[in-house]
Amino acid sequence: MSADAVHAGAWAGLVWALRRDLRLAARSAAEVLVVLGFFFVAVTLFPLGVGPDPRVLRLIGAGVIWVCAMLACLMSLARLFAADFADGTLEQMLLSEMPFGAIVCGKIGAHWLTTGWPLMLCTPLVGVQFGLDVTEVGVLLLTLALGTPVLSLIGGIMAALTLGLRGTGALLALLLLPLYVPVLIFGVGAVDAYSAGLGIEGQLSILGAELIVALVGAPLAAAAAVRIAID
Amino acid sequence: MAWIYRYASPATFYPVAGVLAPWFMAAAALLAGLGLYIGLIAAPTDFQQGDAYRIIYVHVPAAWMSMLIYIVMAIYAVLYLTFNTRLSAMMMNALAPTGAMFTFLALWTGALWGRPTWGTYWVWDARLTSELILLFLYFGFMALNAAIEDARRADKAAALVAIVGVVNVPIIYFSVQWWNTLHQGASVSMTASPKMASIMLSGMLVMGLAAWMYAIGAALKRVQTIIVEREVGADWLRRHLGDNAQVGRVA
Repeated sequence: MSADAVHAGAWAGLVWALRRDLRLAARSAAEVLVVLGFFFVAVTLFPLGVGPDPRVLRLIGAGVIWVCAMLACLMSLARLFAADFADGTLEQMLLSEMPFGAIVCGKIGAHWLTTGWPLMLCTPLVGVQFGLDVTEVGVLLLTLALGTPVLSLIGGIMAALTLGLRGTGALLALLLLPLYVPVLIFGVGAVDAYSAGLGIEGQLSILGAELIVALVGAPLAAAAAVRIAID
Repeated sequence: MAWIYRYASPATFYPVAGVLAPWFMAAAALLAGLGLYIGLIAAPTDFQQGDAYRIIYVHVPAAWMSMLIYIVMAIYAVLYLTFNTRLSAMMMNALAPTGAMFTFLALWTGALWGRPTWGTYWVWDARLTSELILLFLYFGFMALNAAIEDARRADKAAALVAIVGVVNVPIIYFSVQWWNTLHQGASVSMTASPKMASIMLSGMLVMGLAAWMYAIGAALKRVQTIIVEREVGADWLRRHLGDNAQVGRVA
């Protein structure tokens, strides 16, 4: 195959997997909504736990929303490859002529569009719960836009590694959450810096850098992880 | 180069590990004895921290080993995934519990030292926090390894986790450091402590060497167990352990 053909094959694989997973998600919209419901409930617990003092809530708002977004992402990651693994589709994808890394990339993209993106849409609403003002919510959305794709990308690796194991949920959390620390720190850090009247370019640049590194490395690592799980 | 491949075979390495392990353990005991003598008896009391500082003779070597062992694990992971040498994966698995133990020891002794020195067992200092996350990485590695029944898949999955982890360790360390400086100023800093007297330094280095020897000895001992587990029923193992060994009959 020529380089051009491989290139075309990669795009075809990515678009095919993306459209397929999005169509599947649309047909079982409840799964997407359940994750959003979890996000809302988890966020709502914090004011009940720490008390309704608006100053405290404003202080912890960005952190709480980020942590809950991570947990919601974690919840939905278990099903990223699971159904296709169980019925053998994943193995057929591995055998297909389309580059497997591209297919994995498409699946991860679909995962972000069905979790990270809806979470962002809900964020202004939960931002109000914590008394964040409009511009703070804007900064928070900017960090979520850069950070949540990283969650899906790194998550794809670990979701593939834990395929078909017992007690996947807790294991996935133990493997993933430590790796999410940098995204959390810079995501919340940008909002905190903005509230303190400081520049946020640094944090956003680092989040962007993390996104680029994850975009380059994670699909390949996830594809390798699926191969490990299948053979 | 041929000798490398020869010792990459578990059957060849098993007796070698058996011979080497007690030597490393003996060296560890000897060095630890010497290091503790220097640290607890020969070295003077610190004029600022009193005798509480003496915990560094355990704490600093443990912290060194916690990071070093994770890197060595990642190197074995790369070797395993590149050359498909099973022994590399076994060594990687054998090192993990020792690494986690040293990480825990570093955190524990740090807390004990922090109480009299900083007035609290725990602060969200950059080093402490990244050490804690390192402990989580060890736990994740071992948990994944334990969750997968097929040994080959477990090795490969754990190797990938070790490599992903080692790429992330510097990122995590850097971000935690940045986070810490934002949230609180350098109210406590270990780097600000006065320059160390040479006898204290030498005590610490001897203890560091003892920790190396112990880690190597423990890993060799553990890799022997892993080899026995994996090679149950193999002819060479039955010959090696003698006919009355139960090993062959377990499978």
